[in-house]
Amino acid sequence: MQAQRIKPPVIETTDALLGPNQTYEGVTAKITDIVLTAPRKTPWGWPVGFVAAGMFLLLYLFSLATLFVRGVGIWGINIPVAWGFDIINFVWWIGIGHAGTLISAVLLLFRQDWRTSINRAAEAMTIFAVACAGIYPLVHTGRPWLDYWFLPYPATTGMWPQFRSPLEWDVFAISTYATISTLFWFVGLIPDMAVLRDRATHIWVKRFYGALSLGWRGAARHWNRYETASLILAGLSTPLVLSVHSIISFDFAVSQLPGWHVTVFPPYFVAGAVYCGFAMVINLLVPIRRWFGLHDLITMKHFDLMGQVMLASGLVVAYGYVSEMFFAWYSGTIYEQFLIVNRTVGPYAWSYWALIILNIAIPQLLWFPRVRQNIPLLFFISICVNIGMWFERWVIVVLSLHRDFLPSSWGMYTPSFWDWSTYIGSFGLFFVLFFLFIRLLPVISVFEVRDLIHKTKHAKAASTTDHV
Amino acid sequence: MRKALDVADLRERLKAAGNRGFWRSLDEIAQTDAFRVMLDREFPQGASEMRDPVSRRNFLKLMGASLALGGLTGCQFDFKQPQEKLVPYVRQPEQIIPGRPLQYATAMTRGGYALGLLVTSYEGRPTKIEGNLDQSASFGATDLFAQAAILNMYDPDRSTGVVQGTTASDYNAFLNAARPAFADATAAGGRGLRILTGTITSPTLADQIQSILVQSTDAVWYQYEPLGYENTAAGAQLAFGEAVDTVYAFNAADVVVALDSDFMSDPAAGVRYSRDLAEKRTVTKNNKVMSRFFVAEPAPTNTGLLADHRLSVKPSQVSGIAAQLAAALGVPGINAVQGGDEKVVNWVAAATTDLRAATGRSVVVVGESQPPAVHALVHAINATLGNVGRTVTYIDPVAPTEFVGTAGLIELVNDINAGEVSTLLMFGVNPVYDAPADLGFAAALGKVALSVHHGLYQDETAAAATWHVPAAHFLESWGDLRAFDGSVALMQPLIAPLYGGKTATEVIAGVAGGVQTDYDMLSEFWRGRPEVTTFETFFPAALNLGIVRDSAFPARQPTLAAVTLADAPVAEGIEIVFRADASLGAESEYGNNRWLHEVPKPFSKLVWDNVASVAPRTAETLALADGDIVTLTLDGRTVNAPAHVQPGMAEDVVVVTFGYGRTRAGQAGNGVGYSAFALRSSANRWFAGGLQVTKTGTTTKLASTQGHFSMEGREHDIMRHGTLEEFKTNEDFVHEKDHKIISLFPEYKYNGYKWGMSINSTVCNGCNACIVACQAENNIPIVGKAEILAGREMHWLRIDQYYEGDLDDPTVYNVVMLCQQCENAPCEIVCPVAATVHDNEGLNNMVYNRCVGTKYCSNNCPYKVRRFNFFQYADQTTPSLKLQRNPEVTVRVKGVMEKCTFCVQRISTARIDSERENRTLADGEVQTACQQACPTQAIVFGDLNNPNAQVVARAADPLTFSSLEVLNTAPRVTYMAKMTNPNPELGEHGSGHSA
Repeated sequence: MQAQRIKPPVIETTDALLGPNQTYEGVTAKITDIVLTAPRKTPWGWPVGFVAAGMFLLLYLFSLATLFVRGVGIWGINIPVAWGFDIINFVWWIGIGHAGTLISAVLLLFRQDWRTSINRAAEAMTIFAVACAGIYPLVHTGRPWLDYWFLPYPATTGMWPQFRSPLEWDVFAISTYATISTLFWFVGLIPDMAVLRDRATHIWVKRFYGALSLGWRGAARHWNRYETASLILAGLSTPLVLSVHSIISFDFAVSQLPGWHVTVFPPYFVAGAVYCGFAMVINLLVPIRRWFGLHDLITMKHFDLMGQVMLASGLVVAYGYVSEMFFAWYSGTIYEQFLIVNRTVGPYAWSYWALIILNIAIPQLLWFPRVRQNIPLLFFISICVNIGMWFERWVIVVLSLHRDFLPSSWGMYTPSFWDWSTYIGSFGLFFVLFFLFIRLLPVISVFEVRDLIHKTKHAKAASTTDHV
Repeated sequence: MRKALDVADLRERLKAAGNRGFWRSLDEIAQTDAFRVMLDREFPQGASEMRDPVSRRNFLKLMGASLALGGLTGCQFDFKQPQEKLVPYVRQPEQIIPGRPLQYATAMTRGGYALGLLVTSYEGRPTKIEGNLDQSASFGATDLFAQAAILNMYDPDRSTGVVQGTTASDYNAFLNAARPAFADATAAGGRGLRILTGTITSPTLADQIQSILVQSTDAVWYQYEPLGYENTAAGAQLAFGEAVDTVYAFNAADVVVALDSDFMSDPAAGVRYSRDLAEKRTVTKNNKVMSRFFVAEPAPTNTGLLADHRLSVKPSQVSGIAAQLAAALGVPGINAVQGGDEKVVNWVAAATTDLRAATGRSVVVVGESQPPAVHALVHAINATLGNVGRTVTYIDPVAPTEFVGTAGLIELVNDINAGEVSTLLMFGVNPVYDAPADLGFAAALGKVALSVHHGLYQDETAAAATWHVPAAHFLESWGDLRAFDGSVALMQPLIAPLYGGKTATEVIAGVAGGVQTDYDMLSEFWRGRPEVTTFETFFPAALNLGIVRDSAFPARQPTLAAVTLADAPVAEGIEIVFRADASLGAESEYGNNRWLHEVPKPFSKLVWDNVASVAPRTAETLALADGDIVTLTLDGRTVNAPAHVQPGMAEDVVVVTFGYGRTRAGQAGNGVGYSAFALRSSANRWFAGGLQVTKTGTTTKLASTQGHFSMEGREHDIMRHGTLEEFKTNEDFVHEKDHKIISLFPEYKYNGYKWGMSINSTVCNGCNACIVACQAENNIPIVGKAEILAGREMHWLRIDQYYEGDLDDPTVYNVVMLCQQCENAPCEIVCPVAATVHDNEGLNNMVYNRCVGTKYCSNNCPYKVRRFNFFQYADQTTPSLKLQRNPEVTVRVKGVMEKCTFCVQRISTARIDSERENRTLADGEVQTACQQACPTQAIVFGDLNNPNAQVVARAADPLTFSSLEVLNTAPRVTYMAKMTNPNPELGEHGSGHSA
């Protein structure tokens, strides 16, 4: 443990998913030591970050309390723009969550080994992002204390939800997504909990992780069950990657509003979600990797591959923008055509061009491997994509609503202080959860990395030409 | 199976019980099985377990728990559940059935004249004002002021008591102070006694005041109405040498020329004239005729909006136009006049041609703001055209003509300053606020030893007077009034005075030493009238109708004096034009009315402010933009006002409106806007040249409910329009660009009622009566300027206005926009909790209780007619405002969506009544609030399944189209295209602009 204190020179690995000379024991120690460090020896950065995030969480709680007492009028919304930051941020957060599921489930099914080092953190990000997202639709209603009416339960009134509404589909989509993601994440944690239990020295720490490891002994039967369960959950999660954001996109696509009523929305939303989700994973992993010295476990190869996924999904998103333009012209509908005019030269044109620059222009740098392997540049591009994807939701929500069919009802939307405080505050919730995660749970899956070491060794032994 | 009773055994058992035990039957004593079964059946389960000690304990446990939990139901989240008492009537009042409204006929004053009303009352509290079908100024319709008057009555800021100086007093103290002063003045032949009122048409009140004047010959009764008909009266005097009032029959006129006359907004007769003009301009498939309407005016008005040819002119130019018309029409004594610019010449030429072709079937009308000479000239024009006796009739003046107007007020101020006035009684006036600025009325008032102000509010004049006596609202008063045609309407109270107000008749009687009530005075007066033979039958009948039958003044034939051409008024430089405000009107008593403050003004859609409007060109010259604060200087008097650029105005004209800049209107009205009275002098009451406009450099934010006035090339989807000629040659011209709308699904069949509405855009003049009527009927809250700026107005019904054509001379289209009650409603499918649903009569219902407030319905509504309670807008605390509300309509809470319901409460009431009588509803039996108020009858509502319904005929008319038809929402509200009837030589719209 003392040896960890002296930072070895960083050797960046660009062609493999693990640094050189990784051992089972070394990897295990490296990951679990972060968690098992005695509270007093916690690196100073953690409490500082945690308290800072906690302040934002307090701002969030204060904003929500104000919202409940005074009403949604504290936000900048109005008629015609009845949805604003609430829905923009809801879609943005839920989009961020997508990368985690994609990494943990889809890549598992496709046997992509490079997911191993990043899936735990990405999955945690998913769950916390879904929590942040899920709060928005609950609090954006005028009377949030009646939100339980969204649930189909046999009420004495004989009323059921209105199942034709996409908002009702959201209820199921998001709750399913949150449940499956949490289960998947927890199941994946069980073997690592057992490792922590075994390595912990303090009795209460042992008991804590012991309870969470659900009696895991590493028996062959356990592994067999584990593999089956994780495959089943991966199988359940995979369609969710597509369905959740498709359903979110239905919130817009099912309406008849120009700019919302777009058939390309489902794939375009999913691609956008993967796009900004991967950007967020990069934004989170870069500092974690640096602070905890995980260069050997999260290598440049990982970043390169994530950059490639971003580039691909970004191009799908770009295709979505182009198709919106094309169909506005091709539809021959004056309302669709006006929408494009209003986006490109209207009062909010700056936000549309910001979206194009941040989301389409800048990420084209990812074509170059050197950019993908340049951490600061990659970090910058990811930030751009996150902001750009936020602008995409802004453009969809605000720019479509503020000028619709009857010019008499056109209006403008300006977010209020409370819009901003709620949004910034939601980062507080996210990072408080994330800091707790970093401190209490292994950020990288121990057993999966060990498995990867095992596979790598065998592969090397089997053939020198094999790609990992 | 029953065992036979063993009687002997029974006797034994009874004896053993010592004859003390009660027994019900022989079975009980015998303890038979049958008895036990009976006992179990009668006291099932728990009850029969009473005998079981264990079960009894359970029972007590349950009871204890229920008691404790039952107490919990008394708890509320806010811990302040109001204590409510349910008190039955000790004596059931006649006719009152709890929950069933009653309607009473009464009347209100508009500029002193009667507007007949029918007021709805629930258990003794009036809630809604409608027009009286039998009264000539109303014919069932109202203006926005009548609709808003109910809020005045319940206004918590109304005067609640007698005030002496600044200290609260009481009515007896006031009488003790006023009676000696009055007695002294009467003893001295009335010296030092002055009475100041607004225009009084009430026969009773006029008689009462006259009887005082008979005794006190030196006393004077002045009548001052800030926007009264002084020029009109002087013009008639000039033309005929005697006082006459003019009554127009626009419904008999094929050509109407209005010179600076907004007669559709006229306080006295606007409602009736709107109806009459609209009658002649309602075009349908079977009635392809409409009148031709010429308007020349300095700024857009509701009247000008309906014109076929509208000419923007400075007010000083109008007399020249009248002279040109007179010369062209050959009015004797008027020689040919040199024309102005080409626009004016063409306009006059076209008007002349059309007027000539319609002699005896035309009307030329001039507005009060023009000088008397122009009025005289117009009387001569009407005489030349042979209109007199046909479309233009003269009657005896309805209001007294002596000591009226500004001249009277000047005399009063002079007398006060000369120390000749010791007692001044003021009834229903606020001269400290609205007297001409050069008179110095406020300073003069301070010199009067005893000045009494009687009014609804403790306003500016009340503060300056020595005494203030609260007035009873017209809904709390007995009285009578004459309408513009001289017919009498009766007023009866709907409620006892809320704040102990007195009527003017009571106060005068009291001051004179009497104790008569307003009812005594009214009945006494009518008992003594020669035309009343049996008062006992006359009075109840008149009260029931709200009018005195056949009391209109007969037509007269005054002789026209020779008319000479007066010099055109001299007005140089920028002209200021004074106008009544479209929202606050002519009377200062509406200065605190929140509904009126929030009703969007026509053309600008501004609320909670008055502005100084200028034409775009003038704004360019003066470098002004909306919201720039400018200093207006006229004759050394200045006022600061926000500028507003108004397309369609004449150049070099600044329009200012009255009613704002109040200091003592009440909480809502104080400090809103600026007072245009501060610039008005007694010489130039309506317009004046030489106005200086300087920018101050500061700006303010003006709140408008509409930010965009162009249709953006969407005419076909929003408001179709055409000319009568087009319609005649191609009946289907409205539908030429229609798409064929098809559906995969069969239409839903409505077997019962199928409600629908049709709105005739041709006659809607944008008077806003419908908006306020909707607000009153449906308990719609007001939100204030800040919320309007945030885009959160709550009106269920709005009048969209779109400008088309030239910036300087645009055509304006009104689109009355309300929930379209779509057959394929986009709002319904997106609500996750089914809070907005279709019913079996085709209504798109909004279920407030179920609404969670996702606002998705509004986002998906292409008409954006849904309104959201972003905050708790409805006032839940002010007690008097609670009384005002319609008990049939839910008062909405924070966080729910709301919208037009087609007045579903009215439909339900009528349906339930008809079902009890086992019949179906006839056409016209259900009227929506907007329809009922509409003076032009633009709105028709009814059952689309009733082949005889007017709405069915309208829906089938080739002029009918739906808003945003292309979306296939299949609205139940349809519109009739806006039609005009331009002179072929001028082309569409006066300036030669053609569509």
